[in-house]
Formats: sequence, structure tokens, C-alpha cells
Amino acid sequence: MLTTHQAGLIACSHCGMVCRHVETIGLQRCPRCRGRLERRKADSLSRVCALLIAAAILYIPANLLPVMKTSSLFGSEKDTILSGIVYFWTSGSQGLAALIFFVSILVPMLKLGALGTLAWTAHRRSPHHHHQRAMLFRIVEVVGRWSMLDVFVVALMVGLVNFRGIAVIEAGPGAAAFGSVVVLTILAARSFDPRLIWDNVEDNRD
Amino acid sequence: MPPTDSLVACPECDLLHRRRPLARGEKAKCIQCGGVLYRRPGLQAGQMVPLVIGALITFLIANGFPIVDLQVQGLRTSATLFGSILALWGEGRMVVAILVFTTTLLFPLIDLLSMLALLLLSHHGHPALLWRFVQALRPWGMIEVFMLGVLVALVKLSHLAQVLPGVALWAFAALTVLLAVILSFDPRSLWDESPC
Repeated sequence: MLTTHQAGLIACSHCGMVCRHVETIGLQRCPRCRGRLERRKADSLSRVCALLIAAAILYIPANLLPVMKTSSLFGSEKDTILSGIVYFWTSGSQGLAALIFFVSILVPMLKLGALGTLAWTAHRRSPHHHHQRAMLFRIVEVVGRWSMLDVFVVALMVGLVNFRGIAVIEAGPGAAAFGSVVVLTILAARSFDPRLIWDNVEDNRD
Repeated sequence: MPPTDSLVACPECDLLHRRRPLARGEKAKCIQCGGVLYRRPGLQAGQMVPLVIGALITFLIANGFPIVDLQVQGLRTSATLFGSILALWGEGRMVVAILVFTTTLLFPLIDLLSMLALLLLSHHGHPALLWRFVQALRPWGMIEVFMLGVLVALVKLSHLAQVLPGVALWAFAALTVLLAVILSFDPRSLWDESPC
């Protein structure tokens, strides 16, 4: 059992080629694809933290500001993400309400918590639960993108409901904040280097 | 030829493994963390080309025709994906418009065109620069999420108006399936199989 690090090698994260690690002042590039070779993603944990903080701040307006404004002959109505879910629940589509609650409210929140935990334990070089943390990271990577659901729903409603003078749906400021939260958390997940989870196993093996 | 050619590192935990030939459709997993090391696609590059071309045609249909028609008291509107993006832009919601445009239109299109180029160019050395570009882009293509969004919007609107599914709705459904097959093809297998 040997990691590339211990073997004095380095693997290209782009094309997968394993090369000898050379100590250079500049960047080492992959001889095959010319991609940048790094033992671990650059400043992984600081980047994850910065992106998570930005996402957590935007999470507040994303949930408080309206994502959609419906104006009709009967007056106008502003919907936040939560009130949209309540609407589905009360109008008989409980399954759909649960789905949207899961991807729009729970997933972003759990993702912030999960990535925060992963970054913190990686920083502490925690010797516990490697497998669970690796699994957690895989789940975060797969599930995260589905949070964009509400943004797409709003976009379609805006494009569709445009009966001039009778009913018009407009996007609210919450939609941009919400979309930004999703983008920031995806960026955070991509900045996290899962190899950091396993780095202290390497120390024990030495 | 360096001896490191027979080695492969786990992208998730950095553990070194010796590369072994795989059967079609198999994948090699890391013995420490269970992460996927590399896979050999079930389909060959030659079989992928028609799939990608099919997906490109479906993409054109999905964007050229309305997704749904909406009827309220004799009034009728329809919306295409691009029309919705323009409506958002027109309202001054530039961030949302750009987000939707890039994730559902621009990136999936570039991804498909790049895949086609990768498959066709694979005989001429390593188109690795193109692959790096595709890799960076791929997580941002969200056609499948958009597809679910269409369905949610339809249910939402069915309470308010008569909703008629358009041609593009079926095209998007087909595109979701095609993309799932195409994106599971790892172009890295193109240069792993052929000796450098």
C-alpha cells in the first residue's frame, strides 16, 4: 500500500497519467496533456471555507426574498421558495412539495454543513471515519446540482406566463441569490480535495 | 517509455494501483476508498459517434420548438427555452438569465460538440487539451435538472391553465436519456487503451 506521494510520483488530475514528481520552483506540467500537476488541489481548504461563507451569507436572502412575482387581474403575489412549497403542499401535490423541499431547502443546508465538516476534519487531520467521510463527499458532489431545480422552474414560469394585461410572472431577487448559493456550493465541492481525507492514513502507514 | 505507465493513482485517496486490462463495461475501483480508478466503456468510440450526432439533432429540436403551450380563456402562449431566457434578461434578471443560458444551453452544446471532436480525433494522438476543457465544463451542464424543472412547472401551471406539452418537451426527455449514456463514456479510455 503506497500512495503516489510516498512513491515520489504525482498523478495528473486531468488525464490520469502518473509521472515522477520533480521539485521545481515553477509549475510541473503533465507531459501528456500539459495540465497542471499538483499533489493536492491548491489552497483547497481555504477556498472551500471562503466559498462556504459566501454561500451561507447568500442563503439568507435566497430564502427570505421572493423568487417569483405573479401579477394578475386579481392582484399581485410574491412567492419565496418556502411559500412555493407550501402552495404545492396545500394544493394536493404533497410528493412534489417534499421533492422541492428536499432539493431547495435541505440539500443546500446539508451541503454547507457537510462540506464544512469535511473541511474541518481534513484540517484537523482526523483519523476517524475515512470511509464515511469519503461517502459523504461523493453524495455532496452528486446531489448538489439538483438544487438548481427551483431556478429552472422560475425561468420557465417567467417565459410561459406572459398574458399581457391579464397575468404576468416575473422573477424576483431571491432567484439570483438562490442560483448563486447553488453555484458557490458546487464550486466549494470542486475545490475540496478528497485526498485530504486520507492523508493521515498515509502517516500511520509510514 | 517510463515504467509509470502501468500505474494508476486513486483520484480520491491517492493510493497507487497497478493497471489491469478490463472487460467491456467494467470499472476498476480503489482497494482503500472504493473510488473509481478507471473504466472501460460498454460502447466503443465508433458506436458513440452516432449517439452524439443523434443527441445534437435532439438538442436542436429541443431548442427550436416550444416546450409547452398554455391556454387561458382563449389566450394562448408558448415558450421555448431561449424565449424564457430572453424574458428573464428583459426583466433585468441578468444573473438568472446567464445561469439558465449557460447550464441548459451553452455548456451542454459545447460538451456535445467537444465529445464529437474527441471521438473523431482520438486516432490522431491525445486530444487531451480538449478533454481538460470538457472536464472543467461538465459539472455545469444541467439538462437533467432542467427536465425535472419543466415537469414541476407543468404541474404548477396545470392548476391555473390548460397545458399542452410541446414537441420540445419530448425532445428534452430524449436528450436527458442520450446525455446520460454519452456522459458515462469516459474519453480517457480512448488513450488508456491505445499504447502511447
